[in-house]
Amino acid sequence: MNKKIALVLVLVLVLPALLGLTACGSKKPVLHVYNWEDYIDPAVIDMFEEEYGVTVKYSAFTTNEDMFALLQSGATSYDVIFPSDYIIERMIAEDLIAEIDYSLLPNFEHIAPEFASGVGYDPEAKYSVPYMWGTVGILYNTTMVSEPITSWEVLWDPQYDDNILMLDSIRDSLGITLKYLGYSLNSRDAAELEEAKLALIDQKEYVLSYVVDQGKDKMVRGEAAMAVVWSGDAAYAMAQNPDLDYVIPEEGSNIWVDAMVIPANSENQELAHAFIDFMCRPDIAQMNAEYIGYSSPNATAVANMDSAISGDERFYPSPEVIANCEYFHDLGDDLDMYNEMWSEIKSGATGN
Amino acid sequence: MKRKFLASPYIVWMMIFIVVPMLMIVYYAFTQDGSFSVENMVRAFGELPMTALWRSLYMAFISTVICIILGYPAAMCLCSKNLKRKSLILVLYMVPMWMNFLLRTYAWAVILERTGIINTFLASVGLPPQKLLYTDGAVILGMVYNFLPFMIMPIHSSLSKIDPMLIEAAEDLGANRARVFTRVTLPLSFPGIVSGITMVFMPAASTFAISQLMGNNTQQLFGEMVEQQFRTLYNYNYGSALSLVLLALMLLSMAIMRKFDKNGEGAALL
Repeated sequence: MNKKIALVLVLVLVLPALLGLTACGSKKPVLHVYNWEDYIDPAVIDMFEEEYGVTVKYSAFTTNEDMFALLQSGATSYDVIFPSDYIIERMIAEDLIAEIDYSLLPNFEHIAPEFASGVGYDPEAKYSVPYMWGTVGILYNTTMVSEPITSWEVLWDPQYDDNILMLDSIRDSLGITLKYLGYSLNSRDAAELEEAKLALIDQKEYVLSYVVDQGKDKMVRGEAAMAVVWSGDAAYAMAQNPDLDYVIPEEGSNIWVDAMVIPANSENQELAHAFIDFMCRPDIAQMNAEYIGYSSPNATAVANMDSAISGDERFYPSPEVIANCEYFHDLGDDLDMYNEMWSEIKSGATGN
Repeated sequence: MKRKFLASPYIVWMMIFIVVPMLMIVYYAFTQDGSFSVENMVRAFGELPMTALWRSLYMAFISTVICIILGYPAAMCLCSKNLKRKSLILVLYMVPMWMNFLLRTYAWAVILERTGIINTFLASVGLPPQKLLYTDGAVILGMVYNFLPFMIMPIHSSLSKIDPMLIEAAEDLGANRARVFTRVTLPLSFPGIVSGITMVFMPAASTFAISQLMGNNTQQLFGEMVEQQFRTLYNYNYGSALSLVLLALMLLSMAIMRKFDKNGEGAALL
């Protein structure tokens, strides 16, 4: 009996090692890609491997913060990473990513000009190539909300007591509250932040829960009338439950971009460029956008899509709506002020 | 001599993964921008973290009391001579611990949700839905569920070591069952209770995942504050100062445990 267990254990330990060895034995160049969980059409990777005769080693992260901590430790050597805007700003500041040679990216021309010409996080467009983008808005259940939602104000409506899911994320929750109050979501003004803090404390009695990843699934199951979500999660939830709808409130919101970057310590920058260029190819960009359901910054890909998708104002909003949205910026030391506000919001005795 | 040699791999392991990280916490807690500072320690004893700490300790205290109330009879049952299929029941205690605790906690959230199993049942028999999840009670349930085995096991191990002849002797001398329990069994199992308390109380006081999944998160626990400093705010110094407060509490509780637990029962389990 014990011998059998020992044998199984030995096999369990030895087999992966053997498999690892055979993988190392092949002479194909290897590209290390680090992306969000479930954020690419797997067929795209196979196509790239075939066309370029390379092996792609694909790993996934679940938060920007995890990815950043790993990269900062220096213990890794990825070639292409897919971080979000504000973390790219931080990576640039800490010299963690290499400049991109756009002459190696013939397909970069397909990226829509409003994303290609450099936005807040990479103002001179030197370090990043946009992959997907989206907004923050309200996902609501049309069977539980009768009136049309146009404003963030609904999150403070007593009618929805215990029916509101907020994001348990400092920047997002304070950000939309600042927007609701008519301020910038990158505000560093103590008085404005104080006002946002008081608004969130007032709101606590109506909030069912502060959630992060669970929010979209709770909305699919009909747990609450509305939730503050990222547009990508909204698209996912709406595909699962036809009663759900998504709106970007009129006061404006956050717009975000997940982009591709090459870490400074990448050992295969040439292949990394080839991979990024491949991702910008319109047919590939379209495959990815349709597979994961997020909005693509690739103008040619969007033009080729079914107009039911590309004409959907909720996920491809008009330029006026976009102009009303702001990117998050890295706040540096002022993040401490946000932190202190957040602790105060969460320490109060009010709430249900 | 030979025995010490055998322990050396673990000692090396312990140095690298327990002692060094603790020294790093102390270093970060007492520095700011690379130079010595008590600023973060002062802040860690400020009003906000202390509110969160008291809340954490309060929730952990209630969970621990419930764990004792549920765990002690369960451990006694496991020790009783009349129990059939004892090993099967022991396995059933252990099986949930082999599953990832986040998964188990997610499962509770799904059971207790408004659209969850319990409320669906209530609705089907015509009763109004109850708010079961998103409450402090749900967080305490999550803690009790996750940490109960850590209470049962040490109590079970100290109960099973009691010499049955002591109990027989007490009975022969005319003590009734209640008296045998209060004068013999309970005092002899005390070390198990104490080590159970430390093994439940501290994890419960520092948890953040259970409250994030089961509470409504409008009030922070201390563990969440620490997590936030490291994961979203990159404030390693303040985060370490907060951790140091928890670490000090933990050492204190271990010192108290030592005092009661003279047989080294808990030490073997820890």
